[in-house]
Amino acid sequence: MAALFKAGKALGLCVSGCRSLSSLAELPEMHQMMRQTCRDYADRELGPIAGKLDKEHLFPAQQVRELGAMGVMAVEVPEALGGAGMDYLAYSLAVEEISRGCGSTGCVVSVNNSLYIGPILKFGTQKQKEQWITPFTTGEKVGCFALSEPGNGSDAGAASTLARQEGEEWVLNGTKAWITNSWDASATVIFATTDKSLKHKGISAFLVPMPHPGLSLGKKEDKLGIRATSTANLILEDCKIPLGNMLGSRGSGFKIAMQTLDSGRIGIASQALGIAQAALDCAADYAHKRTAFGAPIGKLQAVQFKLADMAVAVESARLLTWKAAMLKDAKKPFTKEAAMAKLAASEAATFCGHQSIQVLGGMGYVTDMPAERHYRDARITEIYEGTSEIQRLVIAGQLLKEYAS
Amino acid sequence: MSPASVFVCLSLTLLSDYPVIRVKPDHSGVVTDGVKHSMNPFCEIAVEEAVKLKEKKFIKEVVAVSCGPTQVTETIRTALAMGCDRGIHVEVSGKDYEAMGPLQIAKIFAALAKKEEASLVILGKQAIDDDCNQTGQMTAALLDWPQGTFASEVTIDGEKVKVVREIDGGLETIKISMPAVLTADLRLNTPRYATLPNIMKAKKKKIANMKPADLGVDMVSRVEVLRVDEPPTRLAGVKVETVDDLVAKLKANGTI
Repeated sequence: MAALFKAGKALGLCVSGCRSLSSLAELPEMHQMMRQTCRDYADRELGPIAGKLDKEHLFPAQQVRELGAMGVMAVEVPEALGGAGMDYLAYSLAVEEISRGCGSTGCVVSVNNSLYIGPILKFGTQKQKEQWITPFTTGEKVGCFALSEPGNGSDAGAASTLARQEGEEWVLNGTKAWITNSWDASATVIFATTDKSLKHKGISAFLVPMPHPGLSLGKKEDKLGIRATSTANLILEDCKIPLGNMLGSRGSGFKIAMQTLDSGRIGIASQALGIAQAALDCAADYAHKRTAFGAPIGKLQAVQFKLADMAVAVESARLLTWKAAMLKDAKKPFTKEAAMAKLAASEAATFCGHQSIQVLGGMGYVTDMPAERHYRDARITEIYEGTSEIQRLVIAGQLLKEYAS
Repeated sequence: MSPASVFVCLSLTLLSDYPVIRVKPDHSGVVTDGVKHSMNPFCEIAVEEAVKLKEKKFIKEVVAVSCGPTQVTETIRTALAMGCDRGIHVEVSGKDYEAMGPLQIAKIFAALAKKEEASLVILGKQAIDDDCNQTGQMTAALLDWPQGTFASEVTIDGEKVKVVREIDGGLETIKISMPAVLTADLRLNTPRYATLPNIMKAKKKKIANMKPADLGVDMVSRVEVLRVDEPPTRLAGVKVETVDDLVAKLKANGTI
């Protein structure tokens, strides 16, 4: 702990400014209660059905409504707009616990909170917030975020979806790819180029209701994991929306997207933590029960070392995630920490998913045990909302900035 | 006159699905250190019923009460997060807590109910660690109030409460006058999950502190636990080939 503070001071970072890291030994009481509530819900309502949701590609509509009633679908949204009015640390804890029960449900929660509500909360007008956030706090409706295109994922600045003004309307044309929640969403935050000559400074953000004339959905992707969420293309063919549906100012779309993804990263890191923890829980439980060579396999060093490595990976990623959330809550810069959290947590998730199957042996390979589902669910966390490679670029970029003379 | 306040009396118990509960080496009780504790499930049902009655506007205020060491305030806060208005923590710790049984608890609850002029006292039917099933009944007797125990349905009808009770023979419906004591059975309701906004609000709700002495209750126990033993280890069964063999075996060991 002391080294962290020293290092922070050396780099001129205000580590001591945010809520003291030493107090992380125990979360504040309210956060503990909230975490317990989400954990109870995940254990009782999500755990038992997660396998079925995965196998049958079922969107957990009822559970999303129940989570909405609890305030989990809009954790950071002020109470006046229908949300829970809590901080980002609380949100991170909620997503982790929900994801521990069901990785897909955790994804739905994260996308609705960080990617859909997030930018509207930050950049929307009061009227837009009431129209586009409040109905999406109850779990009755969920939103989605449309940035990626068939031609560009990591290369977000090359948006080829176009928006032209025609009288009192914007007309959108183009295709968006890999959109999570697409088939279940009632609205989307979508990015389109309004001024091609300005390159990434010519991208703007728009709010489009779903369904809507001119907007159609591609086929649902058949994915490796998080199968209870729907992922599809959004196809825009002369899709017309009122001028008032622009989010933020013209040309600020790229900035909105990047800032949204910064926060979204903490959400995905939390989802990855939940999946990693579930994999660890599965392996540790099995190590107690399965006997081989005359004793529970937890007595074997090979298994012990795996469990220890898994635990360290999860706990260190968790602390990075909490730190990023706390910096955001303290309104301090958190880009680097969020990228580190997402990188560490997603790699912890894939590591734990992999090792969990290994500990379970043959049992880990079959659908009777959840280990294989955790393995499959974990994989996406290294890809969406910024691949691990992009995270490394972000971290290096921030780091080098700190050392520049 | 519609009932003013309802007291929900909570118990903090050992978590029943904890892997192994161990008997202390001296057989004086069960090891509680490091074992996860939480609100007794029947008490959760009691809280839910009280909050539901308040939401239906039958009562004005729900007070969550519990006796025990500091740990118990977490339980009270959970009840506040579920919708109770305020809490009372009666501090009992150390030797007094170890010796505390249904009679002492009932005396405390009775004294509080009288002091605060409660119209209804709702408890869980029994705690899942000691399975006594006595506190509710004793509280009613000490107060000389009617009791509706093992309630699976509660309806307030003016000055009276209609209680459907789960009994061995089936269901019994009784009507009792308030003030009264009710104990909650499993099928009374399904407790809600505390919502995040309510957890936030719970932080601001008051929990008053007091000691049994403040209520004039003496905590001396008239019951002495002589010994606690684990249940005998389950022996392996015996397989038989035919029904005749089964009957013969049962006759042989005196079962039939």
